[in-house]
Amino acid sequence: MIIFKNVSKRYPDGYVALNNVDLSVASGEMVFLTGHSGAGKSTLLKLIAAIERPTSGVITISGQNIAQLKPAAIPYLRRKIGFIFQDHKLLFDRTVFDNVLLPLQISNFDHNTVAARVRAALDKVGLLKKEKAMPIALSGGERQRLCIARAVVHRPAILIADEPTGNLDVEYARDIMALFTSFNQVGVTVLIATHDASLLEDTQHRILSLKQGKLAT
Amino acid sequence: MMRAWLTQHGFVFFLTLRRLIATPLTSLLSIIVMGIALSLPAGIYVLMQNLQAFSGQMADSPQMSLFLKLDTTQDSIEKVNQRLEENPQILSVRFIPKDAALQQLQQSSGLTDIAASLGRNPLPDAFVIHTQENTADALEQLRLTLQKWPEIEHVQFDSAWIERLNALLDLGRFAVLMLATLLSVAIIAIMFNTIRLQILTKRDEIELSKLIGATDSFIQRPFLYFGALQGLAGGATAWLIMVLAIRTFNEQLITLSQLYAIDLQLQPLTMMDSISLLLFSGWLGWLGARISVASHLWQIEPK
Ligand SMILES: Nc1ncnc2c1ncn2[C@@H]1O[C@H](COP(=O)(O)OP(=O)(O)OP(=O)(O)O)[C@@H](O)[C@H]1O
Ligand SMILES: [Mg+2]
Repeated sequence: MIIFKNVSKRYPDGYVALNNVDLSVASGEMVFLTGHSGAGKSTLLKLIAAIERPTSGVITISGQNIAQLKPAAIPYLRRKIGFIFQDHKLLFDRTVFDNVLLPLQISNFDHNTVAARVRAALDKVGLLKKEKAMPIALSGGERQRLCIARAVVHRPAILIADEPTGNLDVEYARDIMALFTSFNQVGVTVLIATHDASLLEDTQHRILSLKQGKLAT
Repeated sequence: MMRAWLTQHGFVFFLTLRRLIATPLTSLLSIIVMGIALSLPAGIYVLMQNLQAFSGQMADSPQMSLFLKLDTTQDSIEKVNQRLEENPQILSVRFIPKDAALQQLQQSSGLTDIAASLGRNPLPDAFVIHTQENTADALEQLRLTLQKWPEIEHVQFDSAWIERLNALLDLGRFAVLMLATLLSVAIIAIMFNTIRLQILTKRDEIELSKLIGATDSFIQRPFLYFGALQGLAGGATAWLIMVLAIRTFNEQLITLSQLYAIDLQLQPLTMMDSISLLLFSGWLGWLGARISVASHLWQIEPK
């Protein structure tokens, strides 16, 4: 489903964030991406959603070479992906409900079913009672779950999470991991970047490890 | 597909309305500014249309006066009358005998004494004719022809003022065009800036929308709607200003026309003019928004 071949990413300032990365994630797989801060985890995830473009190499998603994707085709690639951003990117000028509504609005969803879908997503992450709250009034963990609800509301085939348990305590982090596992169980391909070693202790899922932009094996 | 498209546009339409209402004072002020800016050229245009109709009425069947030589006999007068009536360029012929002319002069000027003291009537017999043509050239041609008749002393017609009025109307039309162009540019600039500010305050939303797969046209749409809708509202305001102004003006004119016993009324905007005004203002707002969106949205590239 996701294949990297010889992918390198050099930022405009000359810094090489990814160096000749090869990897492959099968459809329906759940994979962890780990590595020190600055190892290039976020960069790798952004390449998948064409938020950053590779300097060299080939990235294929469902058979589509996204390095050669025309700008006009990028939105449709991104709609196949649910992205949980490291910096959340919640909109603080609207309610929890409206934050989750946005992905449905941009992709022309049927108006009669959107509300039900939003509530289903909120219910899944346990935020149904807070649908009218503003994001500013949520705790860190609740915000994180709001990000998850927004990422899955349009039922993407691929779910990408960049540090989804950032500053949460262990128990909260486990709850969130359980959420991801449940999405994976219904067939969603899940990719999670984290430097939280405790999350990885007793996992049976594959772990990819980045060091200074190189994939260690 | 069609229904999805409709609901999508309906959704953006109401979203835009909500945005307009969310900042009522700002929206209202912009709309009023646009309305006033538009009503200026539109107002002058209406005045011009009225003046033109007026001059058209006047010029419709120009009047020419033919003064006969003082010693013209009754026979000759008959002959002249017949020749005039046979001329296809002339619509109507009216004979004014010199006695009648003198009488009218006495009545209208109160110069009874002087006329009486003259002893004999100094005025000539005259014909007043209305001509078919109303172009200056044709009138001049006719004047020259008639001037050559031996019985006719002098032909007089007043075309100069019509020409002057037409020249003035041309100038006015040019002024309207200039003013409209300048103010249109001003309106586009206002809309450009309004949308620029909106884009700045919605930066986060735009960035996120791009990140989760919104197309450019989806992101642009609300701003374009906003521009068109505000432009339309500005046009409607201009229209309202015009209607009120014309009504007030006409009330003043009633007194004036009663005094002078003539019919002076400004004709309001026609249906076509009103629709054109609305469409044009909506287009102006849309254009300003379009330019602003084109020059600002690409700067927001999500990272
Ligand atoms: N837009 C950019 N321009 C220049 N350099 C960048 C840019 N984004 C990231 N980098 C650099 O690339 C390297 C990898 O960054 P990246 O965000 O992928 O790391 P990371 O593994 O996600 O780290 P963290 O765990 O702290 O989130 C870092 O050294 C960073 O400074
Ligand atoms: Mg990162």
